[in-house]
Parts: sequence; structure tokens; C-alpha cells
Amino acid sequence: MSEALLTVDGLQAWYGRAHILDGIALTVGRGEVVALMGRNGAGKTTTLKAIMGLVERRAATLRLDGCDLSALPTHRIARLGVGYVPEDRRIFADLTVEENLEVGRQPPRPGAPVWTPEKLFALFPNLAEMRGRRGTRMSGGEQQMLTLARTLMGNPSLLLLDEPSEGLAPLIVRQMADAVRRLKAEGLSVLLSEQSLSFASAVADRACVIETGRLRWTGTMTELMADDGVRAAYLAV
Amino acid sequence: MSFLLVQALSGLATAATLFLVSSGLTIVFGVTRIVNFAHGSFYMVGAYAGWSLIERFGGTPAGFWGSVAAAALAMGVLGAAMEIGLLRRLYRSPELFQLLGTFGVVLVVQDLTAWAWGPEDLLGRRASGLKGSIDILDQPFPLYDLVLIGLGPLVLGLLWLLFNRTRWGTLVRAATQDREMTSALGVDPARLFTGVLFLGCALAGLGGALQVPREAVTLQMDVAIVVEAFVVVVVGGMGSLTGAFLASLLIGQLQAFGILVFPQITLVIVFLFMAVVLVLRPHGLLGRAEEMPPTAPATVTVPLSRGRHAGVWALALLAVMAAAPLVAGDYALILLTEVVILALFAASLHLLIGLGGLVSFGHAAWFGLGAYGSALLVKHMDAPMPLALAGAPVLAGLGALVAGWFCVRRSGLYFAMLTLAFAQIVWSIAFQWYAVTGGDNGILGVWPSAWAAGKAAYYWLTLALCGGALWLLRRAAFAPFGYALRAGRDSGLRAESVGIDVRRFQWMAFVLAGAAAGLAGGLYAFAKGSVFPTLLAVPQSVDALVMVLMGGIQTVAGPLAGAAVFHLLESEVMSMTDWWRLVLGLIIVALVLVFPKGIVGFLSGLRSSFGRRRA
Ligand SMILES: Nc1ncnc2c1ncn2[C@@H]1O[C@H](COP(=O)(O)OP(=O)(O)OP(=O)(O)O)[C@@H](O)[C@H]1O
Ligand SMILES: [Mg+2]
Repeated sequence: MSEALLTVDGLQAWYGRAHILDGIALTVGRGEVVALMGRNGAGKTTTLKAIMGLVERRAATLRLDGCDLSALPTHRIARLGVGYVPEDRRIFADLTVEENLEVGRQPPRPGAPVWTPEKLFALFPNLAEMRGRRGTRMSGGEQQMLTLARTLMGNPSLLLLDEPSEGLAPLIVRQMADAVRRLKAEGLSVLLSEQSLSFASAVADRACVIETGRLRWTGTMTELMADDGVRAAYLAV
Repeated sequence: MSFLLVQALSGLATAATLFLVSSGLTIVFGVTRIVNFAHGSFYMVGAYAGWSLIERFGGTPAGFWGSVAAAALAMGVLGAAMEIGLLRRLYRSPELFQLLGTFGVVLVVQDLTAWAWGPEDLLGRRASGLKGSIDILDQPFPLYDLVLIGLGPLVLGLLWLLFNRTRWGTLVRAATQDREMTSALGVDPARLFTGVLFLGCALAGLGGALQVPREAVTLQMDVAIVVEAFVVVVVGGMGSLTGAFLASLLIGQLQAFGILVFPQITLVIVFLFMAVVLVLRPHGLLGRAEEMPPTAPATVTVPLSRGRHAGVWALALLAVMAAAPLVAGDYALILLTEVVILALFAASLHLLIGLGGLVSFGHAAWFGLGAYGSALLVKHMDAPMPLALAGAPVLAGLGALVAGWFCVRRSGLYFAMLTLAFAQIVWSIAFQWYAVTGGDNGILGVWPSAWAAGKAAYYWLTLALCGGALWLLRRAAFAPFGYALRAGRDSGLRAESVGIDVRRFQWMAFVLAGAAAGLAGGLYAFAKGSVFPTLLAVPQSVDALVMVLMGGIQTVAGPLAGAAVFHLLESEVMSMTDWWRLVLGLIIVALVLVFPKGIVGFLSGLRSSFGRRRA
């Protein structure tokens, strides 16, 4: 097997003095969708932020496509092709839909799908109808679409998706799952954090289960669905 | 009628300059969340640089406008350099450090400017091609001012285009809302911020250079304009360009007509206007709630430590100090008297900052009010010293009672701005009301009663009064009052939910601190024998902040040590050089750079990185 796109090993992270992550290890292969699963407060968001360099962190290995990320500032990591979609969306409310996309725009990157506003409007038809609208006047689902589209404008090769289905109506959740499958088909690799087993099983190839900042289990999505014990221990509410 | 029209037009011309300067300030604030005290310095240096260029090249219209543009660009470059050298290290610091750090730059620039251009006021040439005036309803009006009036909206329009029609402007607006998210999208925030500082400072420099044909270029124009620009930005809503434009227009008119109606107190009108706007519209005319900067919790979240055997130490210190006249000469006693007075001044500010988390940028108001209270009682009512001294904390406390009602309604930067505004109100009264305060001649002949006239006697009196006041402040810090204040500081909402009326406690603290500073001021007046408006001015407030900062915010004893070190440094080291502003400014900048998170933050940072290495 060729080297994975993202390799993480021995990842530690802190908020101030609170030690949150302790030794997370995971890989995301090219074109693979990996689900990061765990209960509230398990450390899913922190893992994604740590990869992005948004929290204080240290790692034995943190590589994207052979590049060491561990000493880079956030914007350099993004320019290497890591797209981050935060769970709290954080669209720029004062900017219009088109301006939000403009902020995300980066030059095309070899080996990663190239996105234009037109292509994204085709993927998310809702957004096409509100190009000139400001973020303050959008529903939660529309905002979620816009965050994802904005990140795609950076032409990433790896997408970090934090709880894409959280707080969305069932219809929108289905659209979201479709979108993720489309992205995978375009050749993107995805690491997504998720609490909903049904969403994860609909899109992911593999799963990593974490609890209190440690990796507890890793395997294919099919194995996870078959393993009642793991699900009961780390995922059941 | 025509006279009023011309007055209104000249108000518009003033507004244009004001807008140029405050637009830069508000843009820089919007993105970096730093209130750049040094903004006025770029205006001033822009004017000086513009003056030099216009003297040489200003003979033709092209030369004049080229000179103005070159001065503006040069200020932009200096602003970018300041971002890289200083501001970049302060983005995560508490606002106290940001304000102080940029004020350090103000001091440094003042001395460098005086060194480069000399202390005299400079009168520039008039703008080539625009020297005449035109008649408006039979009243002459300078052509140049007419051009300025047009320039305001023009610059607003250009800035609008820049921010709404270019990628750079879109990125800046995005970073204004969410810096972290913008960098997660691959934008280098550092470069963006350097660019923003370039733009903001170039606008300040433009405003300064454009003033050359209109008024004398002086070394005082930096603080004067930056305080006005603060008012504009706060009134307009921090970070809002259109708001700054509106506020400039309003304040320009207020000044143009205020000078007709109340020539003595135009400054007061402007600051009162700001206070009223802030009470009616807390976020300014066009500001929004989320535009309010978060108060940096890192200021002082460390609990005050009582210190072991503090009482014993304090008594021992008092005994040693009381014995000082046995060995010290007159000069040393004068110095010691001033140290003791300043210690009370610093401690009173520390009560607000350390306990309340309220960073006051105008604490000199209460010190000076106390000093003037005593001096006025002596001068106009022939009051004996004890009565005049008693009047000092009363007047200061009353002033703080009124100002505090406004100030504690806001926190963080707005609190700092409001306290600064009130200090400027009090300062401008002392400065402009000649009949009563003597203006900048001050009040002389404020001498102690015969029984306290000896240096030793006055020193003992000071020691006794300040010692008593310090003891009271300390009691307050560890009384339920002090705990309530700290609860409000650390979590205002939580404190409110358990039934603590945070605002009322903060108001009480404001009055208490004001009265204590007032007592210090009264004692200072008698120690010096005179009072001057400088006692109420911004640098005096900054001195107090530096003392608190030097001593460390975490302990009650900190400000005492800070006052001693600072005053000895000031009177011993700085008297040896003419460039004391430069020295003080560099010390301040060094302080905030070495301890960007505060001395406590620095220590706990050391501790936690040490702990992590072991783990
Ligand atoms: N800003 C912060 N400061 C301190 N601790 C934090 C902060 N954010 C999160 N934590 C703590 O870090 C731990 C992991 O949080 P994280 O947000 O990564 O969890 P999560 O798995 O994403 O949870 P959720 O499913 O609720 O989003 C939690 O215990 C949380 O309390
Ligand atoms: Mg989360």
C-alpha cells in the first residue's frame, strides 16, 4: 500500500493547561473517507483543530503527502491542501455568499479537484439562488453548505469535516451525505467527525473511535457496524 | 445667515481631516482589535514630513500634491514597520498592554520628532494654486478648505471600493470578523495586518500633511488628534467606516458652532457628546454588538495573594520609613514624600485594574482633581491646609461618582476610552477656564501650614495619611467588597446570577479609587506648592499604569514597589537626559514586549511549559 495522504501519530493537544488529546493515531488514504467517532467531549473537534494547527499541539508524526505539518502555521497547512470545515460553521456573516467563496479561493493544486463558484453552485443549488445574500440571512442548512463550498474553493486534497450533519433537518442531512459521496468520487480524501452512526455508515470507509482524548478502536465501517461491544462502550449515549 | 453657512463649511473642512485620521484608526482597530494610541503620532510626523517636502517642492500644484502623497506613503511604511516590530507581538495581550505599548511609541516618536525638526512650531506654505478664497454669500471662504470638504467623501468612496470590490478588501473584512477562520482558509493574517497598518497609518499621514497649509505644525498635535479620533471612532461605532464619517461630520459641526456659543469649553462639549451617545447607543451610531471587543481575561485572572505575615511586614516597612528623616537629607525626603504619594496613586488604580479588571486610562483625572481641589480651596477661599486636604478626596470622589456612573456601564476598551474621555474633560476645564484655574499657568503658592512646613514634618504627615489610605484599600480588597469585585471581573455573568450587582460594586470601586487618588493629588499639590494641568493629562495617567505594570498586577504590594522604582527612575535617571520621553517610551515598549501576557502570565507560562517538558 502506498503511503497514506494523512498520517497522524502520537498527537497531543492542550487548551491552555488542560491536556485534551493523548496519543491519537490515524491515517487517511487517498480517496478515502474516515469517520472520527466518539461521544460529546471525546476530543473529535480538538483532533481536527490540532491537525489544522488551531490549538497548541505536539505530534510524533503529522504528515500530509510527505510534508511535515507539525511546525507550520495554520495558513500554510491550508495552502498545502487541507480544507477545514468547522462544526460551528463560522461563515463570514457580513459577507455575501460570493464573497465568502472568494475568501476561500486558492490557486489550483495538482492532484486535487479544481472548484469554481459555478461548479459549487451546481453541487449546492440552494446557494446559487442567494449569491448576493449576506450570511446573516441564511438558515443553518444553507450556512453548512456555504462553509463546505467556501472550503472547497481552496481546492483541497484533504477535507476535515467537523460534524457535518449536526443540527440539520433529515432532508439536508441526506443532501450532505450525497455531497460527501460526490467529493469522494471526485478524488477528495475526507476525515470527518461524527456522532451519528447512520450518517457515518452512509459515507465512511473506515472509522476511528476516540474517548477522553485517546484512540480506542479503529477498523472498517462494516466491522464497526457489526461490533455491538465497541458501539455500546464508546458510542451509545 | 451667510456667517453661519461659512461656519458650517469650516466645520465640514475640519470634519474631513478628522475623518481621514479616524478612518485609519477604525480600520486598524476593526482588524487588529488594537486601539492604536500611536495613530496620532503618524498624523503628526505626516505633518512634519509634509511640511519639509512642501517647503522644498510645494511651489507648484503638482509638487504640493506630490509632497502630500509622499508623506502619506512614508507614514504607511512606518506603520507597517510598527506592525511587524511591535503590534504583531501584542495581538494576544490584554488591552492594557496594547494601549501602553502603543503609547510608548507615542513618547518615542515625540522625542525623535523634536530631535529631527526642533521644538518650535512650524508654519507651512499655503497650497500652491489654492491660495485664494471664494465668496460664499459675500463671505470669503478659503478655496483649500473647499477642496478638503470634497476630499472626505472621496476618500470614503475609495475606501468603500477598496473594501467591497477588491479581493484584498474582502479578505480584510473576513479577517475582521474571524481571524482564525480566515487563516484556516489559507490567508496569511500577518501579511494582511501589515497591509492594514500601512493603509491606516497612510491615512493618518495624509490627514497630517493636508493640515500643513491650514495650521501650525506642533509637537502637541499627536495626542490632541488621537483623542479626538478616539471620540469619533467610539461615537461612530468601533470598526465602522461610515460611522466614523457620520461622527466626523457631527463633531466637526459641534466644534464649529461650539466655539461660537461656549468658546471656553469646546472640548468639554465634544466629550460630553460622546458620553451621551454611548449611554443612548452603547455601540456607537453604527457599531454593532459583536463589534465590541472581548475584554481580555488574561489581564489579571490570578487571585490576589494575601502574602504571609503581610501585616508584620507592612508595620516593619512603616517603621523603617518613619525613621527615614533621622538619616535622610532634605532632597531625599522630598523624593520619599513623592514616592509615598505616588504609591497611593498607583495603589488606587490597582484597585480598579487588579480587583475590578477595569483598565482606566484616565486615572490622572482624580489625582489632578484632588490637587486642584486643594489648590482652589487655598487660592479662592484661603482655606487652611487640613481643610484643603480634606477637600481633595471629596472633590475627586464626587467627580468619580459622576464619571463612574457612565464608565462602569461599559467594560474593556470602551471603559478605557470613557475614562480617557472624562480625564480629557477635566483636563480641558483646568486648561481652558483661565479665570478660575489659571489655565496653563496653573495655581501657585499652595504651601503647607506652618506646623507641616518642614520637610520631615510634611513627610510624616504624608506617610500617615497615605499609610492609612493604603491600609483602607487593602482592607477593602479582602473584604466582601473586594471578593465581589473579583467575582465580577472573572465572570460577570456568573456573579450576577448569584445576586451580586456587579455594576454597583464597580461604581463603588471607581469612587473609592477616585477619592484615594484625590487624596494623593492633594498631598502632591502641597508637596510641590503648585498645580498645573499636566497633573490631569494623559501622560500622568500613563505613569500610573506603568507603575502598576512594573510592580506586577497580582499583589497588593506591587503598585507600591512599582511607584518607588518608577519615581526614582524618573527623577534620577531621566533628569540626566533631555530625552526622557524616548527613555520612558522604550522602557514601556520593553515592558510590554518582555511580558506580553503580564508578569503573572509570563511566570505561569514558564511554569506550564516546564511542567509539560517533564511530562
Ligand atoms: N476552548 C476550550 N478550552 C478548554 N477545554 C476545552 C475547550 N474546547 C473543548 N474543551 C474540552 O476538550 C474536550 C474535547 O472537546 P472536543 O470539542 O474536542 O469534543 P468533541 O468530541 O468535538 O465533542 P462534541 O461532540 O460535543 O463536539 C472536552 O472535554 C472539552 O470540555
Ligand atoms: Mg465537536
